[in-house]
Amino acid sequence: MSEQIPFVEYLHLAPTPHLVAHQCTSCGARFFDRRNACASCFGTSFADADIATEGFVRSFTIVSFAAPGIPVPFVSAIIECDGTSVRGNLTNVTADPEHVSLGMKVRLTTYVVGSDEAGTEAVNFAFEPVS
Amino acid sequence: MSSGDVWILGINMTKFGKHTDKDTVDLAAQAAMAALADGGVTMADMGVLAAGCLMGGGGIAQMIQKQIGQTGIPAYNVSNACATGATALRVVYMSIKSGECDFGLAVGVEKLSGVGLLSGGNRKDDGKTWNRFGRYGAVASTDGRIGTDTMPGVFAQVGMEYAHKYGGADFKLFAQISEKNHAHSTLNPLAAYQKRFTLDEIMNDMMIAYPNTRAMCSANCDGGAAAVLVSDAKLKTLSLEQQRRAVKISASVLTSDPYEEACQVLPDVNTLTRRAAAQAYAKAGIGPEDLDLVELHDCFATAELVHYDNLGLCKPGEAADFFKSGATWRDGSTPVNVSGGLESKGHPIAATGIANVWEVCHHLRGEAGDRQIQGAKVGLAHVIGLGSACGIHILEKSGL
Repeated sequence: MSEQIPFVEYLHLAPTPHLVAHQCTSCGARFFDRRNACASCFGTSFADADIATEGFVRSFTIVSFAAPGIPVPFVSAIIECDGTSVRGNLTNVTADPEHVSLGMKVRLTTYVVGSDEAGTEAVNFAFEPVS
Repeated sequence: MSSGDVWILGINMTKFGKHTDKDTVDLAAQAAMAALADGGVTMADMGVLAAGCLMGGGGIAQMIQKQIGQTGIPAYNVSNACATGATALRVVYMSIKSGECDFGLAVGVEKLSGVGLLSGGNRKDDGKTWNRFGRYGAVASTDGRIGTDTMPGVFAQVGMEYAHKYGGADFKLFAQISEKNHAHSTLNPLAAYQKRFTLDEIMNDMMIAYPNTRAMCSANCDGGAAAVLVSDAKLKTLSLEQQRRAVKISASVLTSDPYEEACQVLPDVNTLTRRAAAQAYAKAGIGPEDLDLVELHDCFATAELVHYDNLGLCKPGEAADFFKSGATWRDGSTPVNVSGGLESKGHPIAATGIANVWEVCHHLRGEAGDRQIQGAKVGLAHVIGLGSACGIHILEKSGL
């Protein structure tokens, strides 16, 4: 099996795929990128926090015009995962307003974006409906 | 008039649309010269200049000076996303308020015709081997792979979030907001588009980012706008006609977005607008019920809805019902975007935050012609720059 790497650093593939945030040890605010100080309380100490892999769709849009190379239409959504908001695409669902709904329950899944010349696969996350 | 007030003495916007024969400096100079003439003053009177052109590189303020008059005054180049024009206005306002000068000029200009889809984070071609870059350590552009950075998509999510929270808003309602603004635009000769669309035409237009179809998106176009501000003390020395046409800036507020839980994944355009509105109403001693007209930042139809609520035009959570009541049509209780809004008037980014003030002034001066809101005495102009910045100006007719 070829080597796999996560598409972004905040996606961890093992032991099972999940997202990891930098959590402020003072106020609990969570950030997917690095911060020098907490945007909420200015604390400077952070610890890793696993994000729940199930949640519900708080908002979405179905994008028909996107950057070159991005297949359209696709569903972009804001997912609330046990109190933490996550941004991602919805997958394994027909991208139309009849099949996507506000409040819909979803869970994290992964897919291979592509391989580079060394054969390394980049694995990205998305969310799929919980059937 | 009372000591410390700052007034708009002259103001102008160019026709918005496609200006193939003019560059940004030409458009800025045209608006600036017209604003000076409108106020009955010249560059010799100006004590400060603030100008912005978001997509045009730096130094627009000095380029304007070289085009219309170099007097050595302080020149500020401002850049604050879609709030750039409002920020330039506020820089001049603060300079006068501080006592540094009596007159100042604010200019915003942009050329956007044919630019196409605006997005926050497009990147170049992906490399041949995966390399991590950016603040998320991504191996390729995240736009379209982890949600969307496109403006129609981001603001679609802003509107859909409101729909989820409060209900009552759907594709049809968002399209009806666009129907209103396009209808309003037919009375505005300076709008980029003056075409009335039926609801069916809007809903069946090309889908950009559900629920925003093309007609529900702000129109990329060229345009400039400029304003001359004056201190209260200086205004008293000017002609009665200048004093009569002067418009009082009862509040000038700029806010940025405070931390909110979800702001790292979806820009929060609500909290900073609510805060700016509260500050502006307190400073002006005016409530939302006193407003005769509102120009708010309808960069997309989905955005207009949430700002009814954010600006306190309706009760919390009741924006959909408020719109359905007809309140925001030009014959309603709180006319919103009688200019046609960004969806039809157009959105030359840095010009927008002055052009919406021009629209309100036009009505307060009783000079808005066919689209005049009769008896207008108080108005509000609002812009949001994603990132985020919110500018609100409350404007009042002269008592003379």
